[in-house]
Amino acid sequence: MSGLYEAIGGEPAVNAAVDIFYRHVLSDDRIAHFFDGVDMERQAQKQKAFLTMAFGGPHNYTGLDMRKGHAHLVKQGLNDSHFDAVVEHLSTTLSELNVDQDHIDQVVAIAESTREDVLGRSAEPDEAAQV
Amino acid sequence: MATVKFEAQDIELAEGESVLECLERSGHPIPNSCRSGVCHSCLMRATAGELPPAAQKGLKETHRAQGYFLSCCCYPDTDLSAVRVDADSMRIGARVLHKEALNERVLRVVLEAKEPLDYFPGQFVNFARADGLVRSFSLASVPALDDNLEFHVALVPGGKMSGWLHHEASPGDDLELMGPLGNCFYVAGNSEQPLLLLGTGTGLAPLYGIARDALHQGHTGAIHLFHGALVAADRYLVDALSALARDHANFSYHPCVRDEAGSEWVQAEVDAHALAMIPNLKGWKVYLCGNPTLVRQVQRKAFLAGASMQDIYADAFLPAGG
Repeated sequence: MSGLYEAIGGEPAVNAAVDIFYRHVLSDDRIAHFFDGVDMERQAQKQKAFLTMAFGGPHNYTGLDMRKGHAHLVKQGLNDSHFDAVVEHLSTTLSELNVDQDHIDQVVAIAESTREDVLGRSAEPDEAAQV
Repeated sequence: MATVKFEAQDIELAEGESVLECLERSGHPIPNSCRSGVCHSCLMRATAGELPPAAQKGLKETHRAQGYFLSCCCYPDTDLSAVRVDADSMRIGARVLHKEALNERVLRVVLEAKEPLDYFPGQFVNFARADGLVRSFSLASVPALDDNLEFHVALVPGGKMSGWLHHEASPGDDLELMGPLGNCFYVAGNSEQPLLLLGTGTGLAPLYGIARDALHQGHTGAIHLFHGALVAADRYLVDALSALARDHANFSYHPCVRDEAGSEWVQAEVDAHALAMIPNLKGWKVYLCGNPTLVRQVQRKAFLAGASMQDIYADAFLPAGG
């Protein structure tokens, strides 16, 4: 996956994308309220880590981190529509940075791979049955 | 559950308890103020065990390497041996030189440090009184312009340190200083960038330091200082800031008073007025100091108005806890 990260432009691209992406997210009434009262600097660091991962870059996110990190939001009603909104902003951000569609699709696919963990669901049907 | 080893005792951490809370519960008061990892008053050192990264967030690399950590943010998963920080190695002595009322509630306190304090205007230091009381105050002085250290101290109802400084402390009294700390200061190198300085109450102290520092360093871009108050009597340094605006064409002072009309200020919420005057903050550097709720709100508004996250410096004055 490091090929994708380099193709997009590595860390400078992530830095350029963080402000644009975060501004899109905070301007979107569907999801902005999830960010009320958060420490913006800490949040920007998290956005950067997330974008680095989505761009195929170095990261040490695990599915468990994703679950733990969003569990309080799931309790507040975080669902697929909100996840879709974030993916939409991710895609828009990359378009604005003139990333080509093929690479955008790859980034979106990586982001999609976190959906079940972020929303606190299990990808394994038999585990889901225990909930 | 993990155990904290402290002064020859093994104390078991309760669920969700920080090292600070654990030690307080077991009768070991540790100096502290903000209890949020900002003021660094509750600094301790680990002699054995593994520190969670969050417990060392914001510390200098050299301090991290020596095992220093913030006990208020330390939630260890495994056993930890902790010691009090050797006070002398981290603190410098200071003496009260001068006190002067800036308005009915705000006192200018000038301290003389017994050894040079290397700081940027806008950073803060912790005052530590001999009995262990610790509180944070921002530096309003500029090392290149002022011989001594200047602070603006608002009288907080029931405030132990502010009450003592206002009513009891007198020239010659000793204090210890810890710091400086904080990232809210002017950095030379982009002298044309416009600056927005916005604060409430004694959030003016760091902003006053930052403005004078920027002007002294030859900043040529516009500098807009907005000071918010509820009533006109809450304003202070009005003459000094007006004089600064007269002497520097690129500096302007915008006092805002929410609840009173008058000819010497704008009657408005300070953030609403600033953003109405400067709706597009793209390319601006933004400094926000004072009331934590306002600081966080304006941080978000400034970002949405186009300022880059890296160009927004927020110094929320958190009330002292516990």
